[in-house]
Amino acid sequence: MRSTIYSESFDNGLTLLAESMPWLQSAAFSIAIPAGVQREEESNRGVANLLCDWMQRGCGQFDSRQFVEALDNLGVARGGGVSSSHLNFSGALLAGNLRPTLGLYADLILRPHFLPDEFEDAKQVCFQELRALEDDLHQQAMLSLRRQMYADPWGWHPTGTLASVESLTETGAKSYFDTWIRPDETIISVAGNFDWNQLRDEIAALFGNWKSSPGQKNFLGSKLPEYVHIPFESSQTHVGLGFEGIPVSSPDFYQARAAIGIMSDGMSSRLFSEVREKRGLCYTVYASCNSLKTQGAVLAYAGTSTERAQETLDVMIEQFNDLPKGVRQDELTRLKARFKSGIIMQQESSSSRASSLAADWYHLGRIRKMDELEAIVDGITVDTINAYVAANPPKNYRVTTIGAKRLEVPSGISSSDA
Amino acid sequence: MEFRQATLDNGLEIVAEVNSNAYSLATAFFVKTGSRDESDEVAGVSHFLEHMVFKGTARRSAEDVNRELDELGAQSNAFTSEEQTVYYAVVLPELQNQIVDLLADIMRPTLRQEDFDTEKKVILEEIMKYDDQPPYGGHEKSMAAWFGSHPLGNSVLGTQESVGALSQQQMMSYFEQRYSPTNMTLVATGNVDFDALIEQANQLCGDWKRYDVSRNTTRPVGQSNFQFVTKETSIQQYIIQLAESPGSEDPNRYAARLLATIMGDDVGSRFFWELVDPGLAEFAAMESYEFQGCGVMMNYVCCAPQDAQRVLDVVQHEVDKLMTGGVTQKELDQAKNKVCSHVVLRSERPSSRLFSVGSSWTQRKSLKTVKETVEAYQNVQLDDIGQLLEMYDLRKTSTTAVGPLSSLQLP
Repeated sequence: MRSTIYSESFDNGLTLLAESMPWLQSAAFSIAIPAGVQREEESNRGVANLLCDWMQRGCGQFDSRQFVEALDNLGVARGGGVSSSHLNFSGALLAGNLRPTLGLYADLILRPHFLPDEFEDAKQVCFQELRALEDDLHQQAMLSLRRQMYADPWGWHPTGTLASVESLTETGAKSYFDTWIRPDETIISVAGNFDWNQLRDEIAALFGNWKSSPGQKNFLGSKLPEYVHIPFESSQTHVGLGFEGIPVSSPDFYQARAAIGIMSDGMSSRLFSEVREKRGLCYTVYASCNSLKTQGAVLAYAGTSTERAQETLDVMIEQFNDLPKGVRQDELTRLKARFKSGIIMQQESSSSRASSLAADWYHLGRIRKMDELEAIVDGITVDTINAYVAANPPKNYRVTTIGAKRLEVPSGISSSDA
Repeated sequence: MEFRQATLDNGLEIVAEVNSNAYSLATAFFVKTGSRDESDEVAGVSHFLEHMVFKGTARRSAEDVNRELDELGAQSNAFTSEEQTVYYAVVLPELQNQIVDLLADIMRPTLRQEDFDTEKKVILEEIMKYDDQPPYGGHEKSMAAWFGSHPLGNSVLGTQESVGALSQQQMMSYFEQRYSPTNMTLVATGNVDFDALIEQANQLCGDWKRYDVSRNTTRPVGQSNFQFVTKETSIQQYIIQLAESPGSEDPNRYAARLLATIMGDDVGSRFFWELVDPGLAEFAAMESYEFQGCGVMMNYVCCAPQDAQRVLDVVQHEVDKLMTGGVTQKELDQAKNKVCSHVVLRSERPSSRLFSVGSSWTQRKSLKTVKETVEAYQNVQLDDIGQLLEMYDLRKTSTTAVGPLSSLQLP
């Protein structure tokens, strides 16, 4: 059984995407508004994240508590958050409850109360997130690495900083809301068990009058230095290693993705075998392809004891440096098996399809159907990957370490202590 | 959906929930062994053994095992808890034969000395990883404080010392006893060919030797106490409290889980409104954990050190209020709606049903359909919550505080 895909573009710039999966009892949705960190500036860092919390504190005819109770009674498993590109709300629920749930989210997005005392509470929640994040050394290493790869604001973490959040005001947050929470380029995606005609009419009724407010603005700042060491008395040294990659929209993306898959997907992947299995250097090691709309990066991590951190970094770099020598057929065959089962198993999850629809639309401007994805995977060969890695060898590494000792990084990398 | 069950002559049990419309097949070996089955000398052996199971057999090298799992496109992993060790894989249904062959084979690992030595380093790294990660081993320390000398207080990971001193021979003898077919269950969910599964299990596992295996199931007496684990580099303060609650065989567990949802779900609960919504705590959860013969209700909060006393006071106040005033019908109905919806949503994937079916069988030798589980929650009445609170005094706690503070007062 294969799914059916629908889409509808509204006059105000909003796009509705849907994938009908009638074999499921559930439906899932995602509302992606392009008001993520990309719209922030030095002066209001963290505002999107604060706004995301503040918006959920009362809307339409509901106060904060009534809103949460209504969603709980509908059994909505939900999330809300901010990425570099979007402010996003999502949920999964029993299919019969989709209609009233979307109604609640229309209130949230179009009619938030923005009460002043709730603003202070929302700010406190943001401080909590910031402090908890400081205790997460693995994530700290990766956040620093992101800022080495992407210029501000693209590299910024949504939480902002203690100082920037402290300085946020109600007026500033409302003005960000008025400017950037808009239907233009907003994507609502729904997957699971629903009736398309009914869904389209409901979305038109709920969001059709949402007023468009075009206009673009992106501030562009700088990146962190090539080597960042953060001294910390921890048991392990947390190593982030990155280099430039390509975005999902690039025609070569799947070549790059396959090359990194051979490095890191599965227990027979190169990093797992060389760093963990053969040498026992660490418990966690991985590399992943990260993509913004027009740039991409490869982000890798290992956590390892201080005395073995240098060897771990050296082995990781050696493995990446070896990549242009080529990948093998057996490695690719295994990777394709993983891709294939992943594609098929997505059909069991309305949530994962809802978020894929939105991601496809953002990156590609269209939906990639299952057949197309399968054809892309079939078309990857050892030769196509090898041609890609030969032309685009990993280079210009960026390194962040958090731990007791600085490491030797490859020559040509300038460094700083954070 | 259909339940199937069979037992091999050597005692290995096979259970499945068959859904011939599913896109995938999930399968696992559930071994009824974990840290509660360890003596002090071998603390951490169950978890270390879980790693060693992937290190090769008479028929396969470690590389073969890793390579074949990837060739099958399997989403696979393993985990160890206080009372079970689980090895699982999710594959496309046409690969049933291959995945069962592989999983069954690795259940009889060689445990080679050289692999043992290399993997020990990985385990020591894993222990260090948790040393750096909130709540810095706090969960294990709180279990140890509450359960005292009862084996449920044992650490799953073990320590640098216990794992460092462990020998391959000790692991081998632990393995031979605990991985007896009588102590294991082969579980499958999704698009399973059950008849083929029995036939294959017979062929691959039929000659596994059985041992007499037992578990110390004496009922523990929880200890009321208060301990500080000082971690000066920590920015936040983490507080864990344990109290007694129903065990895995106890029909009151449904009431306990609903109660935990009302009190400490991540959104919409009493803790949420008092602590998380106003930004006083980063999170504040209450959750019930069920073990064979007993359970614990855990409060887990994270907040700024300067607010920790106030947060602890609020938690205590909410628990007192619960013990004297109970919960309302509205709260109970809302918790049921929430929990039942999540049960149904989760059930859509065979990979998630695998753990419900496997745990249910290993803990209770019984299976419940999704519908029966939903009914069990729906049947909980206010009186049941009242009786639960009469049986379990949530004010009697063991408290573990991890972070920069070295003093806090229980209200």
